[in-house]
Amino acid sequence: MSATQVQNTDEKPVFYLKEEHHPENSTMLGFWLYLMSDCLIFAVLFATHGVLGRSYAAGPSPADLFDLNLVAINTAMLLLSSITYGFAMLQMERNAKMETLVWLGITGVFGAAFLGLELYEFYHLILEGAGPTRSAFLSSFFTLVGTHGLHVTFGMIWLITLMVQVRRYGLNPENRRRLMCLSMFWHFLDVIWIGVFSFVYLLGVLG
Amino acid sequence: MFGDISLTKFLFGRLSLEAIPYHEPILVVTFAAVAVGGLAILALITKFKLWGYLWNEWFTSVDHKKIGIMYIILAIVMLLRGFADAIMMRIQQAIAFNGNEGYLNPHHYDQIFTAHGVIMIFFVAMPFVTGFMNYVVPLQIGARDVSFPFLNNFSFWMTTAGAVIIMMSLFVGEFARTGWLAYPPLSGADYSPGVGVDYYIWGLQVAGVGTTLSGINLIATIVKMRAPGMTFMKMPVFTWTSLCTNILIVATFPILTATLGLLSLDRYVGTNFFTNDLGGNPMMYVNLIWIWGHPEVYILVLPAFGIFSEVVATFCGKRLFGYTSMVYATCVIMILSYLVWLHHFFTMGSGASVNAFFGITTMIISIPTGAKMFNWLFTMYRGRIRYELPMLWTIGFMITFVIGGMTGVMLAIPPADFVLHNSLFLIAHFHNVIIGGVLFGLMAGVVYWWPKAFGYKLDAFWGKMSFWFWQIGFFVAFMPLYVLGLMGVTRRVSQFEDPSLQIWFIIAAFGAGLIAIGIASFVIQLVVSFLKRDQLRCDSGDPWNGRTLEWSTSSPPPDYNFAFTPVVHDHDGWYDMKNRGYERPTEGFRAIHMPKNTGTGIILSGISIVLAFALIWYIWWLAAVSFIAIIAVSIAHTFNYDRDFFIPAETVTATEDARTTLLAERT
Repeated sequence: MSATQVQNTDEKPVFYLKEEHHPENSTMLGFWLYLMSDCLIFAVLFATHGVLGRSYAAGPSPADLFDLNLVAINTAMLLLSSITYGFAMLQMERNAKMETLVWLGITGVFGAAFLGLELYEFYHLILEGAGPTRSAFLSSFFTLVGTHGLHVTFGMIWLITLMVQVRRYGLNPENRRRLMCLSMFWHFLDVIWIGVFSFVYLLGVLG
Repeated sequence: MFGDISLTKFLFGRLSLEAIPYHEPILVVTFAAVAVGGLAILALITKFKLWGYLWNEWFTSVDHKKIGIMYIILAIVMLLRGFADAIMMRIQQAIAFNGNEGYLNPHHYDQIFTAHGVIMIFFVAMPFVTGFMNYVVPLQIGARDVSFPFLNNFSFWMTTAGAVIIMMSLFVGEFARTGWLAYPPLSGADYSPGVGVDYYIWGLQVAGVGTTLSGINLIATIVKMRAPGMTFMKMPVFTWTSLCTNILIVATFPILTATLGLLSLDRYVGTNFFTNDLGGNPMMYVNLIWIWGHPEVYILVLPAFGIFSEVVATFCGKRLFGYTSMVYATCVIMILSYLVWLHHFFTMGSGASVNAFFGITTMIISIPTGAKMFNWLFTMYRGRIRYELPMLWTIGFMITFVIGGMTGVMLAIPPADFVLHNSLFLIAHFHNVIIGGVLFGLMAGVVYWWPKAFGYKLDAFWGKMSFWFWQIGFFVAFMPLYVLGLMGVTRRVSQFEDPSLQIWFIIAAFGAGLIAIGIASFVIQLVVSFLKRDQLRCDSGDPWNGRTLEWSTSSPPPDYNFAFTPVVHDHDGWYDMKNRGYERPTEGFRAIHMPKNTGTGIILSGISIVLAFALIWYIWWLAAVSFIAIIAVSIAHTFNYDRDFFIPAETVTATEDARTTLLAERT
């Protein structure tokens, strides 16, 4: 009680705004929260891999299976796609629609290359008899890497949709906001991939 | 012939006429009742030409108030289903002695206890709590809607879709027979080959999408959309507990999603996460599911604590005692709820040190909870207490919950838990805190905010009937289970050998009957109040002499909530306004910017039901088609850039003038 009595003893307090009130836009916060919730899904998959990653069930181990050169190229594809997405955002800031679209397109090409290499790796492993049902290690490997891959696929669908929308409606505030969200999503997947590359591939091969 | 079979298999997967449980008389009768009741409702809606109204004003609405009400309707409908399961179990256990097998075979009984738990937690308590948060939070913080109104509508429909999927299992196929958390390896493909666990998985996954998104939405709303002047330490306590609850939702539901995802991979693809062989580890599942599961109980109880805090302050006519400590206690509970999950399986064999750590963290939670209890007591101390219905529920809660809390501390002692684990003592404990804490809180919330939502109070006589039958029924139904648990009776048993136990089960069944009268009284209360609404009317907006901003609007509030955004100076914002000469503005209204309704949410939810059904029954073509349809509808939705409109200033003026006239008549 005392606190309220101290303030505004003389003048009449203001209890409502006469003018229009615009609350802050929540999209960026909301999207951050979504990304963190998605991050938890990956946290569960990483934790599962941490527990089950050595359960080979007398089957192949990472050192037998992983071709680090291939994974390095794959990683480079994804990292490059993040850089080119950054260029797209810079062009967006300059309000250059065509240049934005071109950089988004290049990003998509790198993303597709990443997915192609990943599918090639999966196909190869399954052919060798090291599919997701072979051991708990392979189950968690395929699930963690595959979930990341599904996210990239989803990002690609989103990217194409946004390219169509930018082409058709231009760089209006809605599309800028969406490009920003996809940018966060894309970089987030990069960060997750760095975790995958380090903990699953590099540490896995080290044994 | 062969081609024929494989075509049927392609078209219908493993769905066949055998899936319809026409040989189970109980289910046939239930189905008949549901079908007749459902058809009657549909016929009435058609007769009174309400489809357009329902579609335009409710189903496609993005108004947080309507969505909140729809959440609560869903919760009450599902409460009746969940309670039907409860009373069936109580009757079975009361009669299945001395070689009598009762009227439920084990196959059926196991589905009932699983369905009871799943429904009560996911489709009664969760939508009830979410409904209140949706309805009340924007009003309490002086906002016109939530941050993402379309997402809110979508979240509601996804929750409903989950409920529909669970309900379908009653009449097409079967439900899980695994217990409400579906531990593997029992829930794996080897031991549960049927569709039951798949219904469980997809029901929860679909509803979980809604829950997570609604959590994100409400956090963003509370952080970004508070009225000017409302700093964090001036937020009403219910808003605070809602914030903490939604943080818990966003920080735990993804874990549930991922864990159930791994279980479905085990079942559908044949991976080895939780299998007994090829390196799988079933205890991994138990850990993961409880890392979600323990915070989940705080997700449910924190908003109830918020409701009690509002009710106590209002009905004692005092500021809440220890507002700051209440806020900190809520935050501490939120954090501690992550550090206790292992107490659900002390018997896993993790060793004395690990068990001691989790036992101690569990006991520590009782400190902030106890602080809250004393805050409520000190608010009542020397308060001018009005024993209206919300206050009755609150006092009932304080007594009941303290008992449940103490048995919880008993279970937190690992050596004691080795004896009590999986016994009826545990069942009694968690019903003690969930009924005594969550459910009583929700009931208090219904009677407290009903006048806000509908403009008339609820009938006091039937409300008191409901309260007393619930309160007494609870003790009669669950105290015997404490006794039985101490005698070593385990949970989930459908028949008993020892006749000396029977009397306790009969008492418990009698208690369940009392609770049934309590629920019936609640339903009668709603009907009677609706019929007597002219006598009970209190549309001026502030029937209880409330303290927070929701009571500053009319009842029900207009679509836009506040014609002018309020400015807040105190955590009892409205009480402060009343005390310091607030005068309601009567002119100068402006056009108000609002989001448009959209049908995308209900359409996506409908397709999600089809997708889940196809996945459950292995109808792969339908799964593919519906999955593509979901993506297509979502993308199409993003091509609609025209999402908002203005309520013209004349409409606002007319609405507010009507209220001015009404208030003048009342005084």
